[in-house]
Amino acid sequence: MAFCYLIVGALSAPVSAQSVPRIQFEKYKLPNGLEVILHEDHSTPIVAVDTWYHVGSGDEQVGRTGFAHLFEHIMFMGSQHVPVGAFDQLLESAGANNNGSTTEDRTNYYETLPSNALPLAMWLDSDRMGFLLPTMDLPKVNLQRDVVKNERRQRVDNQPYGRADEIILAALYPKSHPYSWPVIGSMTDLSAASLTDVQNFFKTYYAPNNATLTIAGDFNPDSVKKMVAQYFGSIPRGPEVKRRVSVPDVVIPRDTFLVLEDKVQLPRLFYTWHSVKGFSRDDAALDILAQIIAGDRNSRLYKRLVYDLQIAQAVSAFQDGSRLDGKFQIDVTPKPGQSVADIDRIVREEIGKVISNGVTPRELQRAKNVYKSSFLNRLASVLGKAEVLNSYNYFVGNPDFVQQDAARYERVSAADVQRVARTYLGRPKIVLTVVPEGKKEMMLTASGGGR
Amino acid sequence: MKLLGAVAMLSIAALLSAHSAGAQGTFDRSKPPELGPPPRVSLPPIITRELPNGLKLMIVEQHELPLADFVLLTGSGSTAAPAGKAGIANLVSVMLREGTTSRKSLDIADQISFLGIRLSPTSSWESSTLSLHTPTAQLDSALALFADVALYPSFPPNEFERIRKTQLTDLLQQRDQGPVIASKAFPAILYGNAHPYGAPLEGTEASVKSITTADLQSYYQANFRPNNATLIIVGDVNPAQVEAKINNLFGSWQRGDVPALNYGEPPKASTTTIYLIDKPGAAQSSFRIGAVGVPRSTKDYFALTVMNTILGGSFTSRLNQNLRETRGYTYGAGSRFDMRRSAGPFLASAEIVTAKSDSALIEFMKELKRIREAVPADELSRAKRYLQLQLPGNFETTQQIAAALVPVAQYNLPLDYYNNYVQNVEAVSQADVARVAQQYINPGSLAIVIVGDRKTIEPALKSVNVGPIAIRDISGQPIQ
Repeated sequence: MAFCYLIVGALSAPVSAQSVPRIQFEKYKLPNGLEVILHEDHSTPIVAVDTWYHVGSGDEQVGRTGFAHLFEHIMFMGSQHVPVGAFDQLLESAGANNNGSTTEDRTNYYETLPSNALPLAMWLDSDRMGFLLPTMDLPKVNLQRDVVKNERRQRVDNQPYGRADEIILAALYPKSHPYSWPVIGSMTDLSAASLTDVQNFFKTYYAPNNATLTIAGDFNPDSVKKMVAQYFGSIPRGPEVKRRVSVPDVVIPRDTFLVLEDKVQLPRLFYTWHSVKGFSRDDAALDILAQIIAGDRNSRLYKRLVYDLQIAQAVSAFQDGSRLDGKFQIDVTPKPGQSVADIDRIVREEIGKVISNGVTPRELQRAKNVYKSSFLNRLASVLGKAEVLNSYNYFVGNPDFVQQDAARYERVSAADVQRVARTYLGRPKIVLTVVPEGKKEMMLTASGGGR
Repeated sequence: MKLLGAVAMLSIAALLSAHSAGAQGTFDRSKPPELGPPPRVSLPPIITRELPNGLKLMIVEQHELPLADFVLLTGSGSTAAPAGKAGIANLVSVMLREGTTSRKSLDIADQISFLGIRLSPTSSWESSTLSLHTPTAQLDSALALFADVALYPSFPPNEFERIRKTQLTDLLQQRDQGPVIASKAFPAILYGNAHPYGAPLEGTEASVKSITTADLQSYYQANFRPNNATLIIVGDVNPAQVEAKINNLFGSWQRGDVPALNYGEPPKASTTTIYLIDKPGAAQSSFRIGAVGVPRSTKDYFALTVMNTILGGSFTSRLNQNLRETRGYTYGAGSRFDMRRSAGPFLASAEIVTAKSDSALIEFMKELKRIREAVPADELSRAKRYLQLQLPGNFETTQQIAAALVPVAQYNLPLDYYNNYVQNVEAVSQADVARVAQQYINPGSLAIVIVGDRKTIEPALKSVNVGPIAIRDISGQPIQ
């Protein structure tokens, strides 16, 4: 078997005092376009098999939101040589755990198995990559449609504040933007998904040339390459996959105030700004900013609202940088009897202070150290390492990026934090107040408002 | 990654046969590959020590990454609460990070972030843990903070007032969540007010309001004693060196007489009853079905574990296959025996789409009856292999190993417990499974707690005819 190219190891990166170890790996491509990444780790006799398909909810068509995730569920329903139900039965009786997940950008499927069971994962994963459609039928689709609708009920409809996300996304992004709907999709669109949709989606996106297979753990590299070639090599290449490389401009001319009634005791404020995509210039500085604003008890908003004034129950902040775009969000839940207007005054004050005066060296160091050890923690399991390799390979085109990623956070300066606060949090934003049913007057408005 | 410090040793023969299976010349996709023998596993040696003050140490080396986990396990929890003070164990745990004799709340938080560590207190029915996860580059500073928080908490009144307010607001917000209401009402109904397993871990509004810092101090003084504790240490450490560090930090911790936990028998089971709690407009009904189960010390531990794996303890279990993968009524269904010092609950649960509440109840009851019949041999062997073969994967990270040692310390299990696990599972027979199912799952005396949209589901549930319907409030109490 000839491989298209081979990279062993990669560039070195600046290393700080308590360094993040490099993950040794080998990457190559099969003639059918399947990318393979191998990482050996014999410390425990288990192996993780982690396949990333380069498709997510951002690739969905109008009227079919939630389809990429529904499709993920259908991938567990058996394939030509694997009867319905056998996928999980065979894996569990081999001592394996398995699952999958879908985001805006990608879909992954993974198994962690005792090392002797690796051929089983190869067989199951290659069968659903190459032979899903011959036994696909409407009952399989209908069954998982019902399961996914229940997943939506559990995570969204029956969850306090659960519908906030879809309201925010629709307000933040224009309709043609791939992130303007949530990964879980709408009930109406889930109902509309047809068997033909499943067939077309599979033919368009589930080809070896649109996937990366990462195997990490206890295996022999020579025999594993033979095994990968045998199971996956004969799956035909699919048509070239054309995916978006850009997104429509996001324009928010002025602060937009929205309200959503929900079955909740307390209101919650969600501030959302358009920011930047993952791994772009200001992405790490925005992560650090989020940590400084709401990451711990000493963070600006937590300390003011929750610790000192005790007018809020909880506060969180995060930068969400995806493949094509990103957002920055702050959520605050007032304590009973506290008005969102009072909360809002403090939020604006504290953001204003960061913009005007910047952050202290201690704040910056704390935030950096939190990130530094998070890199180490991601490498503790073979599945964690497989995900790290796949993720960097997908988002920056290089699996060997963990040290460079850690260095991105190490390089962030106090001036960077101040600059990104000014640049992005100075912009007009979407402000959603989720209020108890019948209490619309509690919402935050441009003039303050909110009781 | 480094080979050193493997948590389990691999048989080379197993490795070779595993790989040759997939790489042979003839290749037939129509059948699953023949697998070689599973890797032979010997789980990590546990070094045990005891300090003169009675603090027990369990140390496991794992050098794969420069990380270490420490779990200080104290053998008291919510059931040690004085009368009317439900939730005190939880509040004591939370307050450990809120001030010591030498550090203020904000200083502790500053150190946690600055060191890049996790320092997490939790409390349960008969135990409390303080867990430290740290890069070893920060080991000394992290351990100093860990010991300070564990041994010298000062329970500052101003911090406690803030934590109390937060806790009361949490209790208020729990009313929003049907699944949480159901999970709290179920033990309240099953055990009643007289048994400590009936009280919520986080207390009630009344009990949280009644607790004072003097109460916290006296609970702490009575229960946080070295002779009532085990310190679990796993990671990139040298056992002798870490023992010396622990001796320095914890050696002066004073012994004390810890009050014995003493609570009576749980109430006798009543006939199967549906306890319906109204959550108007709920998109799903939260099902919690069960009975008083067994203590961790039960002789039937392995038989029950295998039986429950078949019933609701895995993805391919009967409950999940039926309610999710066959009928699509839920995103997931399962069951478990929550084994404690005394008999904890057996519980089957799922979040069910409102319109299928009655159908789901029928299927739940069907499975709870069917498990009492003989289990087919292949189903039994699948469940046994699942339990046996996934074991090495539970000993991969320092955190997983530390978590696996907690029950060993808490329930005084033998140190070779995990090394004998595979044989103990293997010994479970079809007859054992049938016997424990018949003994511990009695469809005639179940508490069926359902939180959902009453006006939609009550008539339908009534028509299923499994038992009378009693309407309860969100705490599981009869409505006055």
